[in-house]
This record gives sequence, C-alpha cells and structure tokens, in this order.
Amino acid sequence: MSNNILIFASLLLGMLIFLSLIRGIIGPSSLDRIIVINVIGTKTVSIMVLFAIIFSEHYFVDIALVYALISFIASISVAKYLEKGTIS
Amino acid sequence: MIVVEVISYISIFTGVFFFAVGTIGLLRMPDVYTRMHASTKCDTLGISLVMFGLILLNGLTIFSLKLAILVLFVWITNPTAAHAIALAAFETREISDDYVPFSREEENYD
Repeated sequence: MSNNILIFASLLLGMLIFLSLIRGIIGPSSLDRIIVINVIGTKTVSIMVLFAIIFSEHYFVDIALVYALISFIASISVAKYLEKGTIS
Repeated sequence: MIVVEVISYISIFTGVFFFAVGTIGLLRMPDVYTRMHASTKCDTLGISLVMFGLILLNGLTIFSLKLAILVLFVWITNPTAAHAIALAAFETREISDDYVPFSREEENYD
C-alpha cells in the first residue's frame, strides 16, 4: 500500500522528466538546455531518494548526494564557459 | 501513526505538484529568464516538500539526517546555479529582443 503510493509518485516524476526533455529538444538557445539539465538533475535526485525508500536500500541517498554535487558543478561550469568563453 | 503517514503522503504529492508547475512553466514561458524563474523556484520547493514527507515517513534515523543534509545542499546550490545561468544569459544576450523585462538601452547598472 505505502510502496504503491511512492511508486506512483516516482512514475509521475519520470513523466515530468520526459515533459521537460521536450524543452531540451526544442529549446532555442543553449541556456535553455542548461536549465533543463538543472531541472532533470533535481528530479532525478528526488526519484533516487524515493527508490531508496521503496527498495529499502538506504545507500542510494549517498549516490543522490554525489549526483546533486555533479549536477551543480556541470551547471556552473557550462554557464561559466558560455559567459566567458573559457573555464578558468 | 496513520495521521503522520497521511501528512507525509500529502507533502510528497504537493512536492510532485510543484514539480509539475515548474515543468509547465519551463514549457510555456517566453524567454530564458522567465523559464529559469519558474523552474528553479518550483524545483527547490518541490524537492524540499518531497524530502520533508520522506523524513516524516521514516522517523528520526541517520537516513533522515542524510535527507536533511541533502535538502540543505539543494537550498544552497540551486539558487547559485540559477544565478550563474542568469549571468551567462545576460552576458551572451541569447534572448529575443521583443521581450524585455527592463530597459536594455541604459548600460550603467553594474
């Protein structure tokens, strides 16, 4: 019962990831695609934590922390590259 | 105990609702600044509500402490990334000229 509700929530989040991927495909500039990367990273962290509860594998949260860190660094570095033309 | 579970499920689905609102704003807003405005704020609130519901569902364990640390991390990093993207969008001017939220002719605000 409780697992079914959490599985339904994570299915909704996966559907929202595909909807925001539409903006990543048709987005006119590259900044739109960075925004989509940021949004998909946040939703993926949520899905990972929901899966850690569903499968009762509690080490998924550590992977979610590392994933949030990598997503943040990706957004920052690509934005800096588009702003200045170099990463330094 | 059932009251806590109901409150946590309501919180989780409110978070999913805010994720949906952010995605709709990402799809329908007209330029980079407004898309980032919609998606960033709604995503921060959505992940906070989902983590709050899971903390309530799980109780006071080390797992809940890790979830709280994750929420704090997202609260710090998500506005920082949005700020960097906004600065890059302002520097490269990759937005349309017919939608200007402020006067772009005067260049003396930095």
